[in-house]
Amino acid sequence: MELTGAEIVVRCLAEEGVEFVFGYPGGAVLNIYDEVFKQDKFKHVLVRHEQAAVHAADGYARATGRTGVALVTSGPGATNAVTGIATAYMDSIPLVVISGQVPTAVIGMDAFQEVDMVGITRPCVKHNFLVKDANDIAETLKKAFYIASTGRPGPVVVDIPKDVTQAKAEFAYPKKVAMRSYNPVIKGHTGQIKRAVQMILEAKRPMIYTGGGVVLSNAAEDLTRFTRLLGFPITNTLMGLGGYPATDPQFTGMLGMHGTYEANMAMQHCDVLIAIGARFDDRVIGNPEHFFQDGRRIIHIDIDPASIAKRVKVDVPIVGNVKDVLAEMTKLIQAAKEKPDQVALKTWWTQIELWRSRDCMKYDRSSSLIKPQYVIEKMYEVTRGEAYVTSDVGQHQMWAAQYYKFDQPRRWINSGGLGTMGFGLPAAMGAQFAHPDATVACVTGEGSIQMNIQELATCKQFNLPLKIVLLNNRYLGMVRQWQEFFYGNRYAESYMDALPDFVKLAESYGHVGMRIEKPEDVESALKEGFGPELKERLVFMNFITDRTENVCPMVPAGKGLSEMILV
Amino acid sequence: MENEAGALSRVAGLFSARGYNIESLTVAPTEDETLSRMTIVTRGSDDVIEQITKQLNKLIDVVKVVDLSEAGHIERELMLVKVRAEGELREEMKRMSDIFRGRIVDVTEKTYIIELTGAGYKLDAFLEALDKSAILETVRTGASGIGRGDRILKV
Repeated sequence: MELTGAEIVVRCLAEEGVEFVFGYPGGAVLNIYDEVFKQDKFKHVLVRHEQAAVHAADGYARATGRTGVALVTSGPGATNAVTGIATAYMDSIPLVVISGQVPTAVIGMDAFQEVDMVGITRPCVKHNFLVKDANDIAETLKKAFYIASTGRPGPVVVDIPKDVTQAKAEFAYPKKVAMRSYNPVIKGHTGQIKRAVQMILEAKRPMIYTGGGVVLSNAAEDLTRFTRLLGFPITNTLMGLGGYPATDPQFTGMLGMHGTYEANMAMQHCDVLIAIGARFDDRVIGNPEHFFQDGRRIIHIDIDPASIAKRVKVDVPIVGNVKDVLAEMTKLIQAAKEKPDQVALKTWWTQIELWRSRDCMKYDRSSSLIKPQYVIEKMYEVTRGEAYVTSDVGQHQMWAAQYYKFDQPRRWINSGGLGTMGFGLPAAMGAQFAHPDATVACVTGEGSIQMNIQELATCKQFNLPLKIVLLNNRYLGMVRQWQEFFYGNRYAESYMDALPDFVKLAESYGHVGMRIEKPEDVESALKEGFGPELKERLVFMNFITDRTENVCPMVPAGKGLSEMILV
Repeated sequence: MENEAGALSRVAGLFSARGYNIESLTVAPTEDETLSRMTIVTRGSDDVIEQITKQLNKLIDVVKVVDLSEAGHIERELMLVKVRAEGELREEMKRMSDIFRGRIVDVTEKTYIIELTGAGYKLDAFLEALDKSAILETVRTGASGIGRGDRILKV
């Protein structure tokens, strides 16, 4: 049957089982929107800015593991989407972003709302396409979903000129897709896995270090089984939180720039480091030269060969899907005659407990000002650790990561790689659409929330009962902290003057606003905000916090993990 | 790599975005019109070359990457040099071209164009050997490479 290109786009999305399309209409996508109007297979969510469309699709993808979909128009619609695309790219989130393009006849003519979307997004997508013929739409979209969701996931842009959405073509959605140039590895190399297991069984001071790859490959259970079987200490990266239960005694906390003393010290002093779905980035290991330890051997499991041996030398590289490799390794360890050296392991744990006893996460609990850490701790209690928590970027993000104990994967949603302020609110929308009955909280700062504040209108339109926890310190806190530590207290442009009245602002969007100024009111405010009375409402909780509080511990940029600034 | 629009820019973009240097890059379709073959000459430590290889393999349009320098290979580059060919130089240029097994492919009263093929160092040597002031213009293609003997890069 002959359909228009726009009809084909919509039919393809239905074939892929897409539930939500986050988007914003405009000239180049009018044909597609007309078909969106006529169908009922998926729900379209009208955001208030294209960046938010992509973040919402991203939040949906992170909360579910499914591919998020965004639809934007050409030109400014497309460029607004770029930050969202780059955010998803850095954190390996599967997205398909469909952008409108000016008609093929005027491409290159500097037409109205024309921008070279394929060119602009090339460095921040897994792949992108410009569809020049309506006959190619179905196959291209099939490939886009396939590429986005397999291997190391990532965003794929499909740019479609307006005349292509108008032209007619036969529609048949391909059942399968085969690409000679794209065949992601799933199973790890058997020989390498055996070598790794041998090394693990011989370890005296082992350490497991896992990242977002565990969450992405749905391997949290496999990781937990593997880690408990061995009795080894484990740490998660910012992206990996929830990959291993944070309340488990083997968990040493997050590592890295704002990681715990015990996790960072164990990373530095272990003799066998088992890196799983993590990429040794600069915020995690600091300076690779300082990170280097003679005699420490590294096993690195990752689906992306390019992530292995990129920042550090690796002794046993294993390219494969984390879930499959972990299952294989667990089987071999169970079958092995030898067991890890329990005496050595006990000595190692004694050392780790000694590090842990420094209680690096302590903070002043008797302050007359609201400590941001306290708000997160109380929020954890009030939500019983079960909320989906999104965050923006800055101090509040680190406090949320440090003090909310994530026991399950996909509950912690933040922009780890790109560090995109403005991510939290739209990502929370995506998570709430995915899990309408779940508690979804957005921990944010007064700087970040204003970068996509307009989405409060989207939340109103779709009755999203998000809980916004604003840690308001009237500073761009992380910038201020660096200025205090490294720039002689010269607070250049880090002060947030002329803040809006967030209570009135929330109310004007039709939501509930609260302002909390005293530590003794924190718990009751959270109970009310997250409570049954306001279950159906978006609640904007504005906590006026101690503005001088710093995120600790801290490994200064360019230093090594054992060179931490403690409280 | 797939003979697709934009494939070249993905490779070039990768090199600039990740700070790898490109000494030369040549690309043209092969006997299979769906495929292009590209020869890139780059420089770096073993670690850097390994990263470059991995990053290239990650590009969706790239079908296969081979490091030709790992084993025996043939490397050829074409150069066209326009030289002054007046007075004494006229005979001198002809002789130099013969010594380097070049061919004179264009002749005017005042100039020759010499065509020369070989590995990059041979072309460099030729230019070195010429009187600088005699060189009016040069254009080089960059190297194309192929493995020797049984080493076959085929999809």
